[in-house]
Amino acid sequence: MRIDDTDRRILRHYQADPSVPVAALAERAGVTLGTCWRRLDRLKTGGVIRGVEAVIDWRKLGWEVEVSLRFTLDKTAPRAFDEFIADAREVPEVIEIQTFLGQVDVRLNVIARDMPHYQEIYRTRILTLPHIADVEALMHVAVIKDEETLPL
Amino acid sequence: MIVLDPLDRIILRALEADGTRTAASIARERRTNPSLVARRMRRLEETGALRGRRVVFDKEALGFGVTVFLGVKLATKGRVSLEDFERAVTAIPEVQTVQHVLGLYDYRLRVVARDLSDFERVLRRRIMTLPGVGQVDANVLLSEERRPGPLG
Repeated sequence: MRIDDTDRRILRHYQADPSVPVAALAERAGVTLGTCWRRLDRLKTGGVIRGVEAVIDWRKLGWEVEVSLRFTLDKTAPRAFDEFIADAREVPEVIEIQTFLGQVDVRLNVIARDMPHYQEIYRTRILTLPHIADVEALMHVAVIKDEETLPL
Repeated sequence: MIVLDPLDRIILRALEADGTRTAASIARERRTNPSLVARRMRRLEETGALRGRRVVFDKEALGFGVTVFLGVKLATKGRVSLEDFERAVTAIPEVQTVQHVLGLYDYRLRVVARDLSDFERVLRRRIMTLPGVGQVDANVLLSEERRPGPLG
């Protein structure tokens, strides 16, 4: 699918404010309402825009601890990745699962109400996941920037 | 801390699945009062529990083929160097997120680039020249999924 400068301009304003009404978006991007509708529709049906998701601030809901757990898996087990990920999905406190090429194989973002709660999740739900060769933890202290926007 | 009741959880779960859902459509599905749902949605937004919405793109279709996570260690520490580093790193458009962490690294960065050679350019010209930057470790993202989290 071809993306031109007009598409990019619309997307730039759209990602900055996903709740904006189309009329206002058209005005910001400097296109007519009809063009804006057509372009957005084409980008959605073409799969460029996959959807919109809500961003929850877990800390505000009392989940004070956030830890990034980086795993190296035992790759001698042929289904290590699949089995590890399938089991990690069953842990409600896991809010993100990422796989990598590099020293780290999989990373889980885990939240907990406080340190004792984290300790409990870590021991009973995380360390019991299959095929772990090594784990290391990064405790999140502060978010300095969080704009998952693309430099369009 | 905001305490959620069952209706709040329903609203958050619906918005996690699709951030464009309106109070009216959630109310219709749950056969409940739309103005009550609208009021709750507003409360979740105003308290910051619902921090906002994010557009999910097909990054490759827009020409961003690689996402890399960098673990950055500062060479020199002290209040001033942290602030200088944070100010400079936040200004780089390819750096989407910056997290201050405790553990093996001081900061964790999420970087998008067009391809690996574009990533190399960002790394050499923008990241390695940041004030106070020390050891940098990179992992290329292969896949990621966001989970609904502990909404019960």
